[in-house]
Amino acid sequence: MFEYTFQWRQAFRALPQMLEGALVTMQISLLSMALGVALAILLAVGRNSKSIWLRAPATAWVEVARNTPALFQIYMAHFGLGSFGIYLSPFVALLAGITFNNAGYLCETFRGALRAIPETQVRAGRSLGMGPIKAFRLIVLPQMFRIAFLPTMNQMVWAILMTSLGVTVGMNTDLTGVTQALNARTFRTFELFALAGVVYYCIAKAVMLGARLLAWRLFRY
Amino acid sequence: MFDTGLSLNDIWFMLKGAGVTLAITFFAVTGGTVMGLAFGVLRSHVSPWATLPLVFVLDIFRSVPLLIQLILANAFQAIAGLQISPFTTSCIVLALYTSAYCTEIVRGAIDAVPPVTRRAARSLGLTWGQDMTQIVFPMALRVGLPSWIGLTLGVMKDSALVLWLGIIELLRASQIIVTRLQEPMLILMIAGAIYFAISFPIARLGGHLERKWQEND
Repeated sequence: MFEYTFQWRQAFRALPQMLEGALVTMQISLLSMALGVALAILLAVGRNSKSIWLRAPATAWVEVARNTPALFQIYMAHFGLGSFGIYLSPFVALLAGITFNNAGYLCETFRGALRAIPETQVRAGRSLGMGPIKAFRLIVLPQMFRIAFLPTMNQMVWAILMTSLGVTVGMNTDLTGVTQALNARTFRTFELFALAGVVYYCIAKAVMLGARLLAWRLFRY
Repeated sequence: MFDTGLSLNDIWFMLKGAGVTLAITFFAVTGGTVMGLAFGVLRSHVSPWATLPLVFVLDIFRSVPLLIQLILANAFQAIAGLQISPFTTSCIVLALYTSAYCTEIVRGAIDAVPPVTRRAARSLGLTWGQDMTQIVFPMALRVGLPSWIGLTLGVMKDSALVLWLGIIELLRASQIIVTRLQEPMLILMIAGAIYFAISFPIARLGGHLERKWQEND
């Protein structure tokens, strides 16, 4: 047992490259969250609408996103769309897969938050002369974001962790992809991935801490 | 799309992959739930400072991507010369991963039982064990079961990642067939349908239980 010398120096020498990868990871997860939130609002409105033509596609999206693995969704974007002659780069496929997943989960979070906002508030807004979109934007949305803030930030951490799946479709610029590329060259699997794990842990903790501080700053009253 | 090279044998191959997915999920969730129950009871009974190391370790499992956990565990067992198969490694990693989430569910569920109820039970002469099994367990089950079902489904979906260790589960099986037939959309749709067929009814059951049990509270 343990006839192995750990070569941590080699891993630490690769740290700058990995941190550059971490930037790409953050970029993908932030983009996927921004797009995911926008789509999730549309989906939540669609799922709550009375028209079946809006409700059915929104429900289908949410159920597929929540009942199949994220990896499957990324595969679908990368390999599946090839059947229609659409070839997405690993970056776009990863982004599309995670955005699809985020939108599905966030939709349910937002729907729960929307249920907590009294119907009468919209009616009050409308009777003050606001249009339906203006009332939604100025009265419902801010309250919804406030209720759903921490769950949304949890989803953000999920999105960061999910970006590690990109390596399975050939992504080589994000943190896991860079680590895997270095691993293929040096075969220091344990050391490199342990370091990558530490970086992921720090990012996840930093995001959660930032979210707590932001929530404390934003929602003091 | 209609003249496909997909044969019944391929479907059978995918279903066998789904069997592997379910087997891994079963072992992981069983192990994870047992550990989660133990840790959860510990966390709700011992002072927060005493369980701080445990909380820290369990938190790592939730803050590091599962793929990296699997790679690390597999590399570690090779370094240590433990001669564990990738299947067992994945089951152990997923069980620990499950236990990290299960601990929180169990603790939350136990904390949801009002302390006065438990004090009443103890003052009626019930022992700690009787209190736990006959008062706390039934009440906590109502709070925790819906989340536990969600966790089980989450682990089932996350188990797709074990393909990186070379285990032929459902997604890897479909990928192998895709490589041969070059009909990615159709085959992945079937894989997705199998995942959906496993996950959706159980998710619905969880949602149903949640709604039904909230009425009585």
